[in-house]
Amino acid sequence: MNTPLVSLVEAGKTYGQLEVLNSITMSLNEGEVLGLFGHNGAGKTTMMKLILGVISPSKGKVEVMGMAPDSKEAWHCRSKIGYLPENVSFYEQLTGLEVLTYFTKLKGFSNSKAKKQAIGLLEQVGITYAMKRQVKTYSKGMRQRLGLAQAFIGEPKLLLLDEPTVGLDPIATRDFYKTVDQLKSNGSSIILCSHVLPGVEQHIDRAMILSTGQLLAMGTLGELRQQAALPVVIKPISFKKGGLHGAVAQDSKLNTFLTETCQHTLMVPEQEKLAVLKQLLSLEGLDDIHVESANLEQVYQHFLEKHELDLQKQSQGGQD
Amino acid sequence: MKQMLTVANKEFHDGLRNRWLVSITLIFALLSVGLTYFGAAASGAVGVASLSTTVASLASLAVFIIPLIALLLSYDSFVGEQESGTLLLLLTYPLSKSQLLLGKFIGQGGIIALATILGFGASAILLYVQLGDENILSAFGLFIFSAILLGLSFTAISYLISLSVSEKSKAAGFALITWFLFALAFDLALLALLVGVEEGITQQGLTQLMMLNPADVFRLVNLTGLDNSEVNGALAVVINAGLSQTQLISALVAWVVLPLTLAIFIFKRKKL
Repeated sequence: MNTPLVSLVEAGKTYGQLEVLNSITMSLNEGEVLGLFGHNGAGKTTMMKLILGVISPSKGKVEVMGMAPDSKEAWHCRSKIGYLPENVSFYEQLTGLEVLTYFTKLKGFSNSKAKKQAIGLLEQVGITYAMKRQVKTYSKGMRQRLGLAQAFIGEPKLLLLDEPTVGLDPIATRDFYKTVDQLKSNGSSIILCSHVLPGVEQHIDRAMILSTGQLLAMGTLGELRQQAALPVVIKPISFKKGGLHGAVAQDSKLNTFLTETCQHTLMVPEQEKLAVLKQLLSLEGLDDIHVESANLEQVYQHFLEKHELDLQKQSQGGQD
Repeated sequence: MKQMLTVANKEFHDGLRNRWLVSITLIFALLSVGLTYFGAAASGAVGVASLSTTVASLASLAVFIIPLIALLLSYDSFVGEQESGTLLLLLTYPLSKSQLLLGKFIGQGGIIALATILGFGASAILLYVQLGDENILSAFGLFIFSAILLGLSFTAISYLISLSVSEKSKAAGFALITWFLFALAFDLALLALLVGVEEGITQQGLTQLMMLNPADVFRLVNLTGLDNSEVNGALAVVINAGLSQTQLISALVAWVVLPLTLAIFIFKRKKL
């Protein structure tokens, strides 16, 4: 097996008494897209800073491309890493092109190549029309695109994007995910850091859920769903008057799945899904059926709630 | 090295874009031409004053204005980029902290140096044309050289401020206090020490104390070369103590190098 591009082994970070990140172990392979989810203050940004080598771990080990990212040897690797910080406002008095040319030069491009590269990137994110304008005239979305262009400089092997789609309109978001897929197929690894966003599921290979510095869960969406054991929501629909309700409620097996709040919805465990569907299909008067597996947002909620319950139990245990 | 020059180039262009170079040059030129022509007005005559009077009055004005300009130009160099988030971003680039700091120093120092040369050089040329005295060029040469060092020294000091605080407004406040301490309060304190405390301080001791303030070192550099009759007060005492010009210039250079080294040290330990 080839070595992972990024690996954290029981890495933690403390600021004085405050533990910001607690023993995280994870790895990221080449060409893999990892979604990193958590509330504000969950430790997402700290983890990114550790991987970037801007801060050093208080304990454990961090390796990027086989080296500690905060060491001198890792210096040349930095030109192969792209980063989009969460809140960045670029030099307001410079034009978009000037900003990007500056950053391109700092990534090691020669003066003549830097400008060409910068224009290419601005084209990619679709703001060439405004490249001669000062950044202070840019809208939030345009600034975000400029930030993305900055992160894409030099076809990075590793991309760390903190809230990349904030402020982007739906079309720009779609373009952004297209670029992500493209970079991924070129072999780049990407860490997407965000609050849970609709639409992110199709683009990530694995998800990682953090809360208050702790790793709550990590795996593919399927694995996480299984761990969470969230029920599938099934809604049988009938257009006729009176509907199906009677039939479902009378069935001794089906009515166990009926929810109290919504009379037309069944909550079925994943393993019972097919059996229930077959039974529903045999009912008369069925016109349509909605089947919805738990989405990322629900999985995320589930893990956070579970974590909170655990914390409560712990503190109660401590009091007794 | 290349990255450092990229940063320097950007900072220099920022200085041009924000009209810093033009305004500083203009201020210096107006000041020096004005003083050259009207410096003797107090004695009842308008016209080119004597060389030593001109340099003496230029030096005593420059000692207030150069530190102020240098502090204004660079107090937000780091804290400003920290607030906007670009500092963190820059540090993820293949660019070391010392490269970034020295790059900024070269760029902003370049603005100050160029403005000093152009602004004060203008009146040197004016005087030379009027008087045709070779001494003018050497006297002004020394004046401009030491003025540049003074500017660079306060640029380095403002980096210390900019790296030690976390808000731009705080940096501005500290810059103002720093200026007040070095340009005004320090001399008053020395004077109080000299007059108020009997047998409190020897001539030697006073000279050594003055080395603790780059503004005073700058004053000494420019006044030791002149006729003693033009200088009075605490300075005259020190001048008589006789420190060589080389020693004074070295002290001024140290006032550039030491704060800069300390700034790099602070930057390296700075938590982001």
